[in-house]
Amino acid sequence: MTASGLVTAEEAVGHVKTGDTVMVGGFGLVGAPLTLIDALADHSDATDLTVVSNNIGEPGKGLGKLLRQGRIRRGISSFFTSNPEAVAAVNAGEIEATLLPQGTFAEAIRAGGAGIAGFFTPVGAGTLLAEGKEERVIDGMPHVLEQPIRADVALVYAARADELGNLWYRHTARNFNPLMATAATITIAEAGEVVTVGELEPESIATPHLYVDHVVLRS
Amino acid sequence: MSADPKTVIAARAAKELRPGEIVNLGIGIPNLIPGYLGKDTAIFLHTENGLLGVGPRPTEDELDPDLVDAAKRPITALPGASYFDSASSFAMIRGGHVDVAVLGALQVGERGDIANWAIPGKDVLGVGGAMDLVVGARRVLVTMTSTTPAGDAKLVRECTFPLTARGAVDVVVTEQAVFRLRDGSFVLTELLGEATVEEVSSVTEARFTIELED
Repeated sequence: MTASGLVTAEEAVGHVKTGDTVMVGGFGLVGAPLTLIDALADHSDATDLTVVSNNIGEPGKGLGKLLRQGRIRRGISSFFTSNPEAVAAVNAGEIEATLLPQGTFAEAIRAGGAGIAGFFTPVGAGTLLAEGKEERVIDGMPHVLEQPIRADVALVYAARADELGNLWYRHTARNFNPLMATAATITIAEAGEVVTVGELEPESIATPHLYVDHVVLRS
Repeated sequence: MSADPKTVIAARAAKELRPGEIVNLGIGIPNLIPGYLGKDTAIFLHTENGLLGVGPRPTEDELDPDLVDAAKRPITALPGASYFDSASSFAMIRGGHVDVAVLGALQVGERGDIANWAIPGKDVLGVGGAMDLVVGARRVLVTMTSTTPAGDAKLVRECTFPLTARGAVDVVVTEQAVFRLRDGSFVLTELLGEATVEEVSSVTEARFTIELED
């Protein structure tokens, strides 16, 4: 990222187009890029979105806003249940749901960002969530072939960013954010504060700036 | 007057944990366990949303919106704690670095199968980390009441609810008994409180053998 990468939330969400796959960080609302999600709800017409996020927000909050606007076509998640409106939308056939075990969900995003074409995991083998997936016995144990996940745009949250786009996360607000930052064509980071280059300890940078295209200050 | 089944289960389950172990506690009864650990049974609590070294619930002054457990409740972090991303957290779980997962179950099958994420006919839209934990943890300890509120056995021949994993359970602690999976089938190893073998048998559908330990 260059200095021109520091943009407003409204400008940033202009990168999201109709039909896009959008990754959104956070475990529930903890570590979710709420300023960017609000901007997407209020200042973008992009619709027919596939959302990749551990939860689909809460009723009317976070991604729950986009859901109420009818702009989500499909969700890829480990826990839709935290938003009863998302469950209702799936049951009414308004959105398509892909449910993954949480560790598989995280690893699929990691793989997507790391150029890995798929992986075998023992998790989910022999369950409903393995239906339609290739199973293979490895070392005597059944495994399931899981596909990587990538997105057009990733919206992530970090407590601090520097002007190059290096990111520093705080406590359990880290969660899926560093993974999603690696797995999208365009990564937009919402930061609690933006500091000058050199202020972040190099060892404490969890997302190096090469992954980040734009930074938006949380409002 | 009989004791609350949940506290009986939590107190007995606490004795299954050994000093220094890395433990992931599920929602419900497992979360009562820290209250029953002796001072010399220091364990390290892992929460899959990205923390090793979970401390007690925060006071009002300690509340931090960036610090929650897997149930999204506020927590604290102890000295020596570390934070990590979700892929690392599940690498710890899947990779066998978490010693014990303690979790509730809707049903446990007689060969150690577990169903704890979905009820037939209801929504199957939230699995979270349940499958990863029961497959990955070195020991899987199930804490559950012996029957449902309707009186149906929960330790069954074959799970009828959607499976979380096959053959994953090592120990089941109910308010009446401790069962251990040995060579692929359950052994009743301990009766709790005043429970008798007949009482345990009457609420257990799974076949089991009996080797009571002192």
